[in-house]
Amino acid sequence: MKRNEFSVIGKPLPKIDAAARVTGAARYADDISLPQMLFGRILRSPHPHARIRAIDIDEALALEGVHAVLTGKELPEKYGIMAPTQDEEALAIEKVRYVGDPVAAVAATSEDIAERALGLIKVDYEPLAPVMSIEDALRPTDEAGKIHWWTRIGNIQKAVSFEFGDVNAGFEDADQIFTDTFFYQGNTHLPMEQYCAIGQYDPRDRVTVWSSTQTPHYLHRALSKVLGMPMSRIRVIATAIGGGFGGKTDPFSHEICAAKLAMLTGRPVKIALSREECFYVHRGRHPVKMRVRTGVKSDGRLTAMHFATLLDGGGYSSYGLASVYYTGALQTVTYKLPAYKFEGARLFTNKPPCGPKRGHGTPQPRFALEVQLDEIAEKLGIDPVELRLRQIVEPNSVTVNGLRIGTCGLRECVEKVVTRAGWKDKFRRLPRGRGIGFAASTYISGAGLPIYWNELPHSGVQLRVDRGGGVTVFCGSTDIGQGSNSILAYAVAEELGLDPNDIRVVTGDTDLTPVDLGSYSSRVTVMTGNAAIEACARLKAILLPTAAEVIGVAAEELEMIEGKIRSRFDRSRSMSFIDCVERAEARHGTLGTTGSYRPPKHPADYKGAGVGPTPAYSYSAAVVELTCDADTGVIKIDKVWIAHDCGRAFNPILVEGQVEGSVYMALGEALMEEHAFDETGLHKHPSMLDYKSPTILETPEIDTILVETNDPEGPFGAKEAGQGPLLPVVPAVSNALYDAIGVRFHEIPITPEKVLRALAGRISSVSFPEFTYPAPVKWQPGQGVKVPQKS
Amino acid sequence: MKKRLLHLRVNGEPREVAVEDNKTLLEVLREDLGLAGTKHGCETGECGLCTVLLDGTPVLACLMLGADAEGTDVRTIEGVSDRGRLRPLQSAFAELGATQCGYCSPAMILTAEALLKNNPRPTRQEIREALSGVLCRCTGYSKIIDAVQAVVRAEKL
Repeated sequence: MKRNEFSVIGKPLPKIDAAARVTGAARYADDISLPQMLFGRILRSPHPHARIRAIDIDEALALEGVHAVLTGKELPEKYGIMAPTQDEEALAIEKVRYVGDPVAAVAATSEDIAERALGLIKVDYEPLAPVMSIEDALRPTDEAGKIHWWTRIGNIQKAVSFEFGDVNAGFEDADQIFTDTFFYQGNTHLPMEQYCAIGQYDPRDRVTVWSSTQTPHYLHRALSKVLGMPMSRIRVIATAIGGGFGGKTDPFSHEICAAKLAMLTGRPVKIALSREECFYVHRGRHPVKMRVRTGVKSDGRLTAMHFATLLDGGGYSSYGLASVYYTGALQTVTYKLPAYKFEGARLFTNKPPCGPKRGHGTPQPRFALEVQLDEIAEKLGIDPVELRLRQIVEPNSVTVNGLRIGTCGLRECVEKVVTRAGWKDKFRRLPRGRGIGFAASTYISGAGLPIYWNELPHSGVQLRVDRGGGVTVFCGSTDIGQGSNSILAYAVAEELGLDPNDIRVVTGDTDLTPVDLGSYSSRVTVMTGNAAIEACARLKAILLPTAAEVIGVAAEELEMIEGKIRSRFDRSRSMSFIDCVERAEARHGTLGTTGSYRPPKHPADYKGAGVGPTPAYSYSAAVVELTCDADTGVIKIDKVWIAHDCGRAFNPILVEGQVEGSVYMALGEALMEEHAFDETGLHKHPSMLDYKSPTILETPEIDTILVETNDPEGPFGAKEAGQGPLLPVVPAVSNALYDAIGVRFHEIPITPEKVLRALAGRISSVSFPEFTYPAPVKWQPGQGVKVPQKS
Repeated sequence: MKKRLLHLRVNGEPREVAVEDNKTLLEVLREDLGLAGTKHGCETGECGLCTVLLDGTPVLACLMLGADAEGTDVRTIEGVSDRGRLRPLQSAFAELGATQCGYCSPAMILTAEALLKNNPRPTRQEIREALSGVLCRCTGYSKIIDAVQAVVRAEKL
């Protein structure tokens, strides 16, 4: 398809809800105020690890203005985002596992009274020795030292191991083998909007929860489980969301408590978390230690890789089962790799649980891989860009771990980005203190499997067409600012030949909208877009025969464009959309269709193959230029060039916005953001002043290049844009810094203190503890299910 | 807590509201006057999201007591549109992708408005400096600067 075939797709249109967001009209969760509303606050553990002996709530209950005090006994059912790891309690019952773990909740007539009531709750804790590091968590321990009783050795939640292809032969075939260790510090999403939820109970025994959530469907399921109510009695409404980045994808204690407190008091209850609480609640990027052993031929081609990871998971599982696999799954999707061994383990520690943040589990290994490739290129005397170009994966190929690649625009991304950045004139030629670095990456356009196992669609869309010619799209997706509501409007407007402003979009309301799994894993454009196209195709199957009769041409000859249905060959033979809708309704009754989408199957059939597959992989390549002040250690990013293969830009402004936001977030992770804790489990920087993130002054000019590969799996050819472009930027910073000052950084964030230490020659390599992973699952390419390739 | 009667102009209209002495201007605007367009991200003066214009100057509404706004003229995002139509800064933010989640947009737009009143032709660097007190986590800031520059080029605010 050529771009000029479209009337809406590819156009730089404003988002359909942009006006609401620039006038103050958009209603976020904390903007909602209901009659008789009470305010909830949550009491959180001051200990990183302790047994709860007793909780005394009498005094708190007696305080005037307090309507209810809730403890874990009233919400005993455990929950968790992943079906096999239901290890969270809305309020801790026997044990607390991190500073900030919820213990009790209060509903009162004001936040002040609720806060005072928290101070009157007496919790008798028996402190236990905390587990504060990856090394601690690996140690065998007695029962008292276990954060969760069910771990078998130490505090290891999950350890996995795979061997794809002949790894020994691959290393034997290598001319040189490089082994390096890396550490990627944890960091947090820091959405500008704090978490907030409101619960409301109605006498028909129904509960409504408004929440700033990216995943209303998963919250719906968790509420049903913990409240012991059928899903049909619970309504979850995702409000306008002030940023998510993965931080609002778990079901949270405050959401469940708001609902339960509303049920107990019969009044609406709002729980809005403070910024400090957000730092503890988060579910951010896992700190990960990595050891990478890579075999290469002297021309730089990879022969084998052995990648080992250890994830500091925090106190609960959250998305951890998926996270550990993601630290190993996508290494194979950028460069040809004939043999690959992956070992990974996620560990429990007494810190806030980690989960998915933009790029979920893949920025850490991408950092290690791309920094090591830069070193390999240097040692082999090959330009690092050239080293990558020699071995980019082929489109329509299957990786050694059974991932099916469709389109791949990485070569074009690399070539464009290095040309625009003037790479050849700058690399190793800039004066000392200035440097340029390169890296590339890939990401999924939505996970191939849902979070809980089922055969159901990942995304559903309903269309309602009314006599006035208006079309309403219903979909369970949530717009977190990326513009997914607009994507639905664009897709339907394109298919039906209408103006996007004639399309009304209703999303994220479990009473009204068919299930979409939510805004995570960069899935929304591809999955809701395809579901919307299917719903439109079914609507066309109703409308076009009606039009064909009236116009007197074959239905196949008709096109829908500019509010008309007309012959492709004779534009004068046409009728208006409105006229056609009226006639079709007279003939068929009320008009409405549905569409749904499930991702295609992948060839891999080993246990653990569920993480990594996707309808389509996006590709990115980035060049970073920076200046490093040798006296202060301060790094200034001068410019970032980034090229991203987005399949097709549904709306180039929105795609650029995702790319630029990813670059910004990556720079924060590379240079300053640090989710670190002291030995008592306290967050070292739980405020926006102390947790450094880039302001507009530290964020450089970004040159964004969009590459279109028209992927057959994507709606109108589109792939993801929201997460992938973060990935190459972090290693590109480290590589640029080496070019500037000749020191390799295997650890982020690269703070001024670390730079000064390194310049003084006091840089130590990252330690990687000894650990025996389980025996590997072995899988050979060519095994597994044969799947057809779309073209 | 003792209450006092506060008199101020909000978006051009005189308002009287009884407020507790310890309430911040942010709380008065959002809770007592129902103007929820002013956002909050920290309540400690770090994120800049609660910026409103006080007699034309950007202030952090979370760091100021409501009582101290006696007799002032406060402008919030709700007062920016013109009879339901977007003003140039709002249009530029909407059309050029400067608003993603939109949570910082009210503060960014008001701060930019104050900048352009004082300095109608700011450079890119001057725009950066003026907006540096407001954090945005979505856009990478580029399109926000583009939007302000677009208004500068059109020479109407």
